[in-house]
Amino acid sequence: MKTVFERTKALTPAVMHYCPGCTHGIIHRLVGEVLEELDVLNKAVMVAPVGCSTFIYDYINCHTQQAAHGRAPAVATGIKRVLPESVVFTYQGDGDLASIGTAEIVHAAMRGEKITVIFVNNAIYGMTGGQVAPTTLEGQKASTAPLGRDKSHFGMPIRMSEMLATLESATFVERVSVHSPSNIRKAKSAIKKAFVNQISGEGFSMVEVLSTCPTNWKMTPIRALEWLEDNMIPYYPLINLRNPKEVE
Amino acid sequence: MTIEFMKGNEVIGAAAIKAGCRYFFGYPITPQSELPEYMARELPKVGGVFLQAESEIAAINMVYGASGAGARVMTSSSSPGISLKMEGISYIAGAELPCLIVNIVRGGPGLGGIQPAQSDYFQAVKGGGHGDYRLVVLAPNSIQELSDLVMEGFDIADQYRNPVMILGDGMLGQMMEAVEFREPKKRNLPPKNWATSLNNTSSKKIINSLYIQPKDLENHNLRLHKKYEEIKKNETKYEKLETDDAEIILTAYGTTSRIVSNAIRSLRKEGIKAGIIRPITLWPFPYKAYEEAADRTKAFLTVEMSMGQMIEDVKLGVNGKKPVYFCGRTGGMIPDSSDIVEKAKKILGGEIQ
Repeated sequence: MKTVFERTKALTPAVMHYCPGCTHGIIHRLVGEVLEELDVLNKAVMVAPVGCSTFIYDYINCHTQQAAHGRAPAVATGIKRVLPESVVFTYQGDGDLASIGTAEIVHAAMRGEKITVIFVNNAIYGMTGGQVAPTTLEGQKASTAPLGRDKSHFGMPIRMSEMLATLESATFVERVSVHSPSNIRKAKSAIKKAFVNQISGEGFSMVEVLSTCPTNWKMTPIRALEWLEDNMIPYYPLINLRNPKEVE
Repeated sequence: MTIEFMKGNEVIGAAAIKAGCRYFFGYPITPQSELPEYMARELPKVGGVFLQAESEIAAINMVYGASGAGARVMTSSSSPGISLKMEGISYIAGAELPCLIVNIVRGGPGLGGIQPAQSDYFQAVKGGGHGDYRLVVLAPNSIQELSDLVMEGFDIADQYRNPVMILGDGMLGQMMEAVEFREPKKRNLPPKNWATSLNNTSSKKIINSLYIQPKDLENHNLRLHKKYEEIKKNETKYEKLETDDAEIILTAYGTTSRIVSNAIRSLRKEGIKAGIIRPITLWPFPYKAYEEAADRTKAFLTVEMSMGQMIEDVKLGVNGKKPVYFCGRTGGMIPDSSDIVEKAKKILGGEIQ
């Protein structure tokens, strides 16, 4: 029998703890496939965040350092400065990267740290139970915004990719989504370019991945994918913001 | 070996480089800025990296990453900046990462002032960050000892996979004295086979302080506790002078101990038998030195540049056997030798109850 698809060896056989319909699993697989395809698994160092994906080290087969909430880019900086030959990446959610860790991500990007950041944006705090995030859409309900995000009270959602793309040393910044097979393929391509960008020494690279949280959005997995497409993409456009010389 | 005449803050940098430290992450704050400036100048010459972080929080997390990658690494700051580092220090202790943290203490609380103080004793030795952890705290009282303890501090950190703090003050950082860079005693340091480095690719390495199952976390804490007991047994260090016949034992650490030594000379000249116990490690604290001395002396006088913090540990050591008195200045004010002498005389004369 011909094998047409198998699990990347970058993923462990562990059963993931994520809720049904959560897209973390897809994103883990994409990162794993890219690490395997680029043949850098044995020199990869992952920095795990605080949030739903804290346990990512149980699922991805590479060296890992678990960071304090929001501090992953600083930890990654320390690793990469000591191990310039290693392939260093952070995997962070929107509470981690866009709220408590804004200083760390902005300055890692400003310095042009040769790291790759996988930024999973699901517009809500997942692990702690669905609180409002800086990325929560206007009107979107959350446990700490029971009537929905009110612009006059909490302002408008933060677009991290656009913000970071203003920094000269943030050499690769792209926003993708994983709500459909074609978008998953595009997401993988962007993730690959972001890692190539690091390996070729270009500078800081980040891929923002729009993701669902059916549990805290209180939707079925399918409805959540539709909601992402209808509500998140209009506010968070899928776009490459920085890619100085088309990396392949 | 040559003897050099150097400023305290620069000696820390020079000793660290001689000890093999090649990475420094920090953020500017008075009164320790000569140290990062020295490192910015000197580390690139030896193939190292100096990086000025966006905050003390980022700096300590860079230390976490660099240490987890297997490097000898350090950071330095002063009181308000050390408060910001406390989150990272707790993670570093939890993940058992070796590193050196320098606190050139200034007066507090809050923004406080920029003059020398010892008011961060509690923060350094009793926690500061969250959780059941211990920091090895070294308190040098001269530029020579500063160099010795910086070099040995890295070895202690590596031997026990534990963060080590140098607790100094603005006086120590700013003053100049003769120094000879001496190798510390040779230790058998364990290989860093836990680091996320390219040398350790035979298996996946995880640097972590998360143990979500309570039993696992308890076991982790029990293991840490065992390590701390080992450190207490092996690393407790203090100096005692003229304590054998002393009617009163003065006690102080760091630069304050030098003022106390002057006071003791004055007291002895007047025929009053005074001695000093000087803790060199603040954690582990030399409780036994006080316990033993309590049987022979009449009273203790603790001298600090704070409102009295180490005195609580002195009392634990003395354990109620003899009275323990306090003499101190705070806010950046420095205790005067004559005030200490007066206080000691009053205590022995029964004028203070």
